[in-house]
Amino acid sequence: MTTSDSYSPSRETTEGRVYSVSGGGDWDSVFGGDPLHEERLILNMGPQHPSTHGVLRLVLELEGESVTDMRLVVGYLHTGIEKNAEFRTWTQGTTFVTRCDYLAPLFNETAYCMAVEKLLGTTVPERAELIRVLMMEINRISSHWVWLATGGMELGALTAMTNGFRARERCMDVLELITGLRMNHAYIRPGGVAQDLPVGAGDKIREWIRETDKEIAGVDKLLRGQPIWVNRLRGVGWIGVEGCLALGLTGPMLRAAGLPWDMRKTEPYLGYQTYDFDVPTDDGGDCWSRFVVKVAEMRESLRIISQVLERIEQTPGPVMIDDPKIAWPAQLSIGSDGMGNSPAYVNKIMNSSMESLIHHFKLVTEGFRVPAGQVYVAVESPRGELGAHLVSDGGTRPYRVHLREPSFINLQATPTLTIGGQVADVIASVASLDPVMGGCDR
Amino acid sequence: MSDYQDPDENAELRLARHEGALPVGQRRPGMFGVTGTGDTSGFSGLRRQPWVELPAERPFGGYFDEVMDALAAAYPALDEALIKVVLDRGELTLHLRREHLLGVSQALRDDQALRFELLSAVSGVDYLARDGADGPRLHSVYHLTSMTYRRRIRLEVSVTVLDPHVPSVTRIFPTADWQERETWDMFGIVYDGHPSLTRILMPDDWEGHPQRKDYPLGGVDVEYKGASIPPPDQRRVYR
Repeated sequence: MTTSDSYSPSRETTEGRVYSVSGGGDWDSVFGGDPLHEERLILNMGPQHPSTHGVLRLVLELEGESVTDMRLVVGYLHTGIEKNAEFRTWTQGTTFVTRCDYLAPLFNETAYCMAVEKLLGTTVPERAELIRVLMMEINRISSHWVWLATGGMELGALTAMTNGFRARERCMDVLELITGLRMNHAYIRPGGVAQDLPVGAGDKIREWIRETDKEIAGVDKLLRGQPIWVNRLRGVGWIGVEGCLALGLTGPMLRAAGLPWDMRKTEPYLGYQTYDFDVPTDDGGDCWSRFVVKVAEMRESLRIISQVLERIEQTPGPVMIDDPKIAWPAQLSIGSDGMGNSPAYVNKIMNSSMESLIHHFKLVTEGFRVPAGQVYVAVESPRGELGAHLVSDGGTRPYRVHLREPSFINLQATPTLTIGGQVADVIASVASLDPVMGGCDR
Repeated sequence: MSDYQDPDENAELRLARHEGALPVGQRRPGMFGVTGTGDTSGFSGLRRQPWVELPAERPFGGYFDEVMDALAAAYPALDEALIKVVLDRGELTLHLRREHLLGVSQALRDDQALRFELLSAVSGVDYLARDGADGPRLHSVYHLTSMTYRRRIRLEVSVTVLDPHVPSVTRIFPTADWQERETWDMFGIVYDGHPSLTRILMPDDWEGHPQRKDYPLGGVDVEYKGASIPPPDQRRVYR
């Protein structure tokens, strides 16, 4: 017996109220029917399936090998990041948003921090901007490696997987050298970045650039002419520019359909207009075009990294805003037991300056106040437009944090990409969307 | 707490006159924003008014005047549709009456001089009314991008908890599908005309709408070395 609530149908049982698994609406009209006496097959793929990129559930309606209808169920990785952030200070917000899209944490942090800075009406020092660009581009390459590695594995190209993860590991080494962490860095903070590049980072990154260049060339050579790889991707999962715009697809999806929309070029931020790089596009609109575009994007990111590295070395200066009411007070250093506050700073606040101690305490526990208002700041993440919609009520904690996550938006296109195709092509299409469920479900 | 009186008693009335513009958050007493006896700063008599977005007047500057002119030409009932226009930090927000949301969205998307082809984001904000008043506290926020002209604007529609109905823009921007489901899930805004408005992030049998401001964060006390630390939403806060 179904109740009349069209938004959440349920029925009463002796155990209590039971809600429809599909959640009401028109789901029943699609997947109702009598499964025993019909030719069609409803197949649940996921949520725990290695080729669904985390906990994504695909509900497929099949006739033989053909997909006649499909729906997605998301939300298995919802962790309430947006709600939680409302109960922490603005600085602590960085550590929450970094955990959304865990393959591109530095983009989440940058979008969030740029939004906080827009609310504050401040700018960050030039060196901090350069370091942000450097970190994001390294992160873009590492994210694309995971796409290539997992996507390759799903289509049976296991060498793409081993080589891709090897190359990604090298990206992680560089990120770890700079931030101290492989993932969830919380490195980019409102007002700048947590700390300056360590000694020797430039040489390490240059070495990494040479290695990565070779890795890209290797995987490119391995896959581009490989007939199975080509046949699995070409003509599969097509979507055109009109479809992309209607469904809100941005990033490599849109560029692979032929529209050179890259916010680093169209709405430059952090000085991206001053770097010499191209926006790779392709006109196929299929999985193959996305492969071509993303591999080319990795090369372009390397070009940006080479340029920004040179500029960082020529631009000395602080990496945190020169405003003691916003800048994080602690000076970090590496000690024998790991990273912590520098001994000189501890000595200052504990032994010589009571005011410094009070200031430290107030800023760390209470945080800074952000003038009331709302902003929307978007950056070009590896998956498309990553927007941060922040509302402040003038207090020390965000009133509302919303991330426009490209994984969430892009996944809506899955039925368009897959209905009418083969089951095996569903895998290729989902892989080409490159969804990260941590970002999708937040 | 001192018996200090607010010098501007009409401030709240003044704010309330802006229809659809609920002040955000609470009035903040004292220096640290703590309630009770925690404020030892000597400034416990300080009163800060809640914030409200005040309407902007022409000229807005930048491309905003052009957008508004083009929109007025493309949608003749614009004056009736607009509650107010807010210009803040270089971002233009149109507060609309909900009956006009679809018309304005259609004009913004289709008109040659506007061409907002991409609906970047839909989200909700709960501007909780003070003192339990049920004002139009639930805001549905739309961020539009014009790729042709490289412009961005924001639309906002506000509804009450008792009547949380907003027309769905999915027919104009199909990308709103999941985002409206998320906003329904999190804020309980009902998007009329949505093809399948169901929960998307929370489980199907969840009760309540978690991102409303009157929905508690939840959590339990954590004991550490004999001391008990309350969950984040029950700790002392600085407002």
